[in-house]
Amino acid sequence: MTDIQRYASTVENQWCPGCPNYGILTALKRALAGLDLAPHEVCLVSGIGQAAKLPHYANANVFNGLHGRAIPAATGIHVANPKLKTIVSSGDGDLYGEGGNHLLHAIRRNPDITVVVHDNRIYALTKGQASPTTPRGERTRLQFDGVEVEPAQMLATAIVNGCTFVARGFAGDLDGLTDILSRAIVHRGLSLVDVIQPCITWGHHPVEWYRDRVVPIPEDHDPTDRARALALATDAVDRFPVGVLYELPPMTAFAESYRARVGNEPLYKLSRIDRSTLERRMARLVVGG
Amino acid sequence: MDRSLFITGAAGEGIQTIGDVVARSFLVHGYPVFVAQEFESRIRGGHSSVRIRIADSPRNAPRRDADILLAVNPAAAAQYADALNDGGLLIASADQTDDAVSSPRERNRLSIPFSPLATEHGGEEIYSNAVAAGALCAAVGVPFAVLERVLSTTFEKRGEDVVRANVVSAQAGFDLAVERLADRRPGELPSRDATYAFASAHETLPIAAAAAGCRFIAAYPMSPSTGIITAFAREPELGVFAEQAEDEIAAVNMALGASAAGARAMTATSGGGFALMAEGLSLAGMIETPVVIVIAQRPGPATGLPTRTAQEDLLFAIYAGHGEFPRVVLASSDPQDAIDLTIRAFDLADRFQIPAILLTDQFLADSRSSLESLVLPEEIPPHHLVDPAGADDYVRYAPSDDGVSPRLAFGQGGYVVVLDSDEHTAEGHITEDLTIVRPAAVEKRLEKGRRLRAAIRPPQTDRTEDADTILIGWGSTRNAIAEAVDRLREDGRKVGAMHFTELWPLPDIRTPAAALWTVEGNATGQLAQLLRGRLGWSIEGTLGRIDGLPIDARFIEERLP
Repeated sequence: MTDIQRYASTVENQWCPGCPNYGILTALKRALAGLDLAPHEVCLVSGIGQAAKLPHYANANVFNGLHGRAIPAATGIHVANPKLKTIVSSGDGDLYGEGGNHLLHAIRRNPDITVVVHDNRIYALTKGQASPTTPRGERTRLQFDGVEVEPAQMLATAIVNGCTFVARGFAGDLDGLTDILSRAIVHRGLSLVDVIQPCITWGHHPVEWYRDRVVPIPEDHDPTDRARALALATDAVDRFPVGVLYELPPMTAFAESYRARVGNEPLYKLSRIDRSTLERRMARLVVGG
Repeated sequence: MDRSLFITGAAGEGIQTIGDVVARSFLVHGYPVFVAQEFESRIRGGHSSVRIRIADSPRNAPRRDADILLAVNPAAAAQYADALNDGGLLIASADQTDDAVSSPRERNRLSIPFSPLATEHGGEEIYSNAVAAGALCAAVGVPFAVLERVLSTTFEKRGEDVVRANVVSAQAGFDLAVERLADRRPGELPSRDATYAFASAHETLPIAAAAAGCRFIAAYPMSPSTGIITAFAREPELGVFAEQAEDEIAAVNMALGASAAGARAMTATSGGGFALMAEGLSLAGMIETPVVIVIAQRPGPATGLPTRTAQEDLLFAIYAGHGEFPRVVLASSDPQDAIDLTIRAFDLADRFQIPAILLTDQFLADSRSSLESLVLPEEIPPHHLVDPAGADDYVRYAPSDDGVSPRLAFGQGGYVVVLDSDEHTAEGHITEDLTIVRPAAVEKRLEKGRRLRAAIRPPQTDRTEDADTILIGWGSTRNAIAEAVDRLREDGRKVGAMHFTELWPLPDIRTPAAALWTVEGNATGQLAQLLRGRLGWSIEGTLGRIDGLPIDARFIEERLP
């Protein structure tokens, strides 16, 4: 076990005082410490939004890229250096809205990365518009008569599309979330963790409202039981089963066949393709005589 | 000798195979060929042509006219009839009526029953293409033994029976053509002891990328760029990880992620896909992470003409992306140039930590040139990641005189590297310091651009010393312009050429003292706009081609006042 101070950042935190994002940050640092990962062995990737600022608040490698595009960047990072623990940490608007297509295809690719979604059911940084997970009927600063569309069921989507690690956490449950994140990071393949992160500024309910409705998933839950996992993922709008909903033994992870050819070193350490190989390839273009 | 053969038919009828076999026969016989293709955006049907130009020495530029027109179906004969020169030979199926060629000019015609001969000799109709190749070789004076050799090599992997069926079918076509042409048949071409490198720019580009140390490509299939990622996927020995992304946005962001983690990375697309990458381009500028983006141009706007050629994206490549940041824009002229500029793109991207855009087009992608040699440069610049042993307290965007900070990959040497799309401090963290950090960061990026500009190579010049008129081109038009200069000089005109392959940042060049015309595959004279606006040159006008076909020498000759 490493001291979580190792991951302390000197960057001034811009989150609202009391935001449950702090809980996610602490749980993540505790998970990294528990796994004894050095800061340079971790790469935190995010898009844009309040949640997407998390990487600046931890001491690790950071790729804070474009809105919605954290997952493609993380995929490239993982291919280039599979020794890094690549962890995407961004919001529901970023990962389910702007970047929803990338999440869907990343699940199919199954790169060995962890995706942590700070799910506050609102666009906070842009001051209170609906997000893909805002419940139907909730009034927002843009949907004045209430949201008229169904919330996206992304955990169910992940399960249906073969994601091998699907979990829900609660930002107010530090121990539980630390455990989920540790398991997600260790799991080989894409791990999706949706974290309930009540927005204390724009949200419709206080943290305690959520705390009353968070329930641990049953102890006898078999995480390979897809039907049950789907049921837990799509439970009532005001009930949140928390824990690892779905976990399958690791399948072939993304880029494994390439890695079988070139080894597991970061790509920058590989020497260039042998000149004679390239000369032979060039010679194949010559015709005649 | 300078002969032009058009092989025409519908998509799916195998005219590419005929073209390839005939072109290789000339090469094996010791003659350089230039092979261009034009086709419609469909899988079957329509009109398409493979155009082979044969000369004594390489003439790698398109010709719009045909000395021989081989039509595998009646509609093709009608569609391309006007391209056939007076006295040119039409080779068409025997069941086609002469009405198919509705031209008042007298035509030479060679009727060959492609399908019946294929069925009779090869046993199946699919050998019609071999019959056609045989007839074509007979009509141009390629000995049958040469064609036989090429057919054997081409179909070797499909087994002996397939080789034999092709050979006997080709022999039947050849023999019948000899018989029917009788004294119209040209003499047999003497064999020459010459070899040529035969390739398209999109065939050499991936090899050059591998030589430059590229290890990662992500791309979304889009004509005419798709051949690039396909080459990496097909040839694992090039060592490049190739991923088909879900869209071009993902492609460029994956490449940037890979690059940030230390891999030399690229993507390839066409104008529409590049439009989706514009935000990623800007990201590359902000996080100062190298990436090479190939734009294989085709006519726009929007979907435009997906399988045709154009040079419409020069200004788009230069100005795409929000905010102000340096980027380099290069444009390849031929397969050798594609090698040199690919290596150069990776080097400049890496050296200045910027996005590098390499422009090609459908013409370069789908036409093969014969060159005396194709070479990989002896010296290929190294990767510009710094040695972490020297770094102490590593700061990703440490200030420096030239604006370029030492770059480490994520985790390299035990350091943490912080990259942020927000305006950031030297450490890479978000900042809203408007008085010191922001102005310094802007200046850092601009300084890189100034240094980059000083590294840009000037345009090549061709016979400009005594010229009173200079044709200015960029990218794929170089050989057509050179040929136009040859022809215009023969007519006594003092014409020269100037050709840009490194287009942005535009180097500071003095105005040549001559009447200046740009030759471009666009309507608005995009290079002319740059030369006027950025260098203050006085440009007479633009000879612009917008019909989706490549610029040829005659096009220039006809339009130059």
